[in-house]
Amino acid sequence: MSAAIEVQGLVKRYGELAAVDGIDFTVSKGSVFSFLGPNGAGKTTTVEILEGLRRRSAGQVRVLDLDPWTDGAALHRRIGVIPQDFRFFEKITAKEAIEYYRALFGTHADPGELLANVELLDKIHARFDTLSGGQKQKLGLALALTNDPEICFLDEPTTGLDPHARRAIWAVIRNLKREGRTVFLTTHYLEEAELLADHVAIIHHGKIIASGSPAEIIREYGRPERITVVGPPDLAQYLESHVGLPTTTDNGRISIELADKRDALRILSAIDASGLPWESFETSQETLEDVFVRLVGQMDEGALKQETPT
Amino acid sequence: MNFRHVGADYKIVARTYFRNPVALFFSLFFPIILIALFGLIFSATGSGPVTVDVLNEDHNSPVSEAFLSALNNTTVVKVSLVSDTSVTPSNFAAWLGQNDLPVGLIVPAGFEKDYLNRTSTNLTVFTNPQDASVTGTVLGAVQGVANGFNLASACGGRVCSPVISYTSRNVGSQVYTYIDYLIPGLIGFAILTSPMFSMVDVASSYRKDGIFRELSLTPLTRAEWLLSRTTWYVGITFVTAGIMIGAGIFLFSAHVQLNLGILPFLVVGPFFFVSLGMLAGSVARTPESAALIGNIITFPMMFLSGTFFTVSSFPPALQAFAHILPLYYVIDGMNQVMLFANASRALLDLVIVLVGGIIVFVLAIRLFKWRDE
Ligand SMILES: Nc1ncnc2c1ncn2[C@@H]1O[C@H](COP(=O)(O)OP(=O)(O)OP(=O)(O)O)[C@@H](O)[C@H]1O
Ligand SMILES: [Mg+2]
Repeated sequence: MSAAIEVQGLVKRYGELAAVDGIDFTVSKGSVFSFLGPNGAGKTTTVEILEGLRRRSAGQVRVLDLDPWTDGAALHRRIGVIPQDFRFFEKITAKEAIEYYRALFGTHADPGELLANVELLDKIHARFDTLSGGQKQKLGLALALTNDPEICFLDEPTTGLDPHARRAIWAVIRNLKREGRTVFLTTHYLEEAELLADHVAIIHHGKIIASGSPAEIIREYGRPERITVVGPPDLAQYLESHVGLPTTTDNGRISIELADKRDALRILSAIDASGLPWESFETSQETLEDVFVRLVGQMDEGALKQETPT
Repeated sequence: MNFRHVGADYKIVARTYFRNPVALFFSLFFPIILIALFGLIFSATGSGPVTVDVLNEDHNSPVSEAFLSALNNTTVVKVSLVSDTSVTPSNFAAWLGQNDLPVGLIVPAGFEKDYLNRTSTNLTVFTNPQDASVTGTVLGAVQGVANGFNLASACGGRVCSPVISYTSRNVGSQVYTYIDYLIPGLIGFAILTSPMFSMVDVASSYRKDGIFRELSLTPLTRAEWLLSRTTWYVGITFVTAGIMIGAGIFLFSAHVQLNLGILPFLVVGPFFFVSLGMLAGSVARTPESAALIGNIITFPMMFLSGTFFTVSSFPPALQAFAHILPLYYVIDGMNQVMLFANASRALLDLVIVLVGGIIVFVLAIRLFKWRDE
């Protein structure tokens, strides 16, 4: 069982700039792979190379066992693409757009069904130039599915959408996975990657700086889980001496990093045993977003030493 | 080549077009406006002596030679004797038309005898009414010289009627008016402008908006895409030509021959200019430079290919320039078919445009990429 996408040593240079600077990754069939990165990280460049729209400068790329650049025609029948900032013929309605793609691909997709799928059925007769940004994006998604693709490439499909529309797109993506399709998703939204992706690669300045499942990345790069208790300063001292873990206090919030999950239980029983008043407690874990922001920030400061991904 | 693809894309073009009122207005009413405008305003062109091709049927008689040299001495016209022996008075008008000669004169047989006997004799002057000033100049010169000869003829003090008179006729096989010459010219104008301007725009704006990128991800090929656009503009050209011919006939009583021979030009012409527009739009990097390149190609052709003024009325250098413009051959071909019934020259024009069109089409397909290399 071969992978849907295999990339080795991929490099793309625009003159002096190496927009993609030697990246490797594999996307297994039927999984959702998310490419996370700040603006200008090289996400679109990579996606367009995988789609056969841009020529790579160096490296090996196989998509569905095809070379995207030279076997574009064969590949395009099997993939669906929604580009960042999707645009289409201004005066054409949603239904006509799908009929057009259907004729080009020679498939029998039903416009009503595809549009219902992305919650755009009410705009079936609306012309493209009258659709809102999010509705355009949804139409792009419906068009990308006209040819029943094996892989869907979605380049920031939810950027600029309202929370409701974003959730609708998420539902479509989950559905794609359920139908056994492979999804390659780029996004700025960590939450999105965390919710949808089986595998995440964080890309920055053309290099992958972290990669794995969201949980793996958090485990590997995230700060340890911590427990925060709201209570008097005496409680902080009591806990430090009885639990033996360093505490920090900030405005009545006593915070303790957990070396082990079971430390939380020891802390809670110590609070109870102290007999001191307390108001509330919570445990918290760094999110992928915290990790992402910190990794990117460290890298920009040059503080992150040659971290090897995986 | 998959014709389902071409058909699907054609629907997109047609819908885009019909949903754009401005485009609709321009292709349907602009031809009528042009016909009306130019039908009402006669052109005035020409400078320097006008060459008059003379068919002297009173072979080398001293009086006819004296008359012609007097005409030459007016300096406003230059006499050139027709040497082609196959030319006769009956085919002279058509011959002038086919050879793009603006002015002709027939000196009738027995001119000298009639003049000396004071029997009236009649010269025939052929001009192209599209060249209003040339026509005026030539008729004035002939009239002036004839008056001189009439005075010189001894009337013995009696009041006598002038001996030499002339009849004014038009170049071509029948009597034409300016509007007749204008119709092929304006059809040519439409064949040039509507594909050129919109293809240049489409080529650059589709690239900017990423629509070509979208299309490159579908099985549609560039040749299919270009064919669908060509088909559309051929259709537009048919409608426009129909409107122009209709307006010419009904508003200005034009006498063009409605000959099926113009149909190939209405197909091959748009084919050429759709490809050329695409080529111009694809070599440009930005919509602004595309528009500039498009205008540089289009504007000289708009005026110098025989659209509003016959090329034969241009100074020689400009005529030579006109002969390198592809639109010249489209318009000349339609003139040959609609006015002069000269099939062989029309065929030559058609072949030139077709071969040029194939070259431009291939170049456009080669150079126009829908993805970044
Ligand atoms: N055609 C191009 N020519 C030159 N430089 C380019 C080109 N396309 C992209 N770049 C540069 O390559 C780098 C990566 O761009 P890319 O579009 O891949 O980023 P991205 O991760 O998709 O960013 P965003 O989140 O803003 O979409 C950027 O610095 C960009 O300026
Ligand atoms: Mg991008």
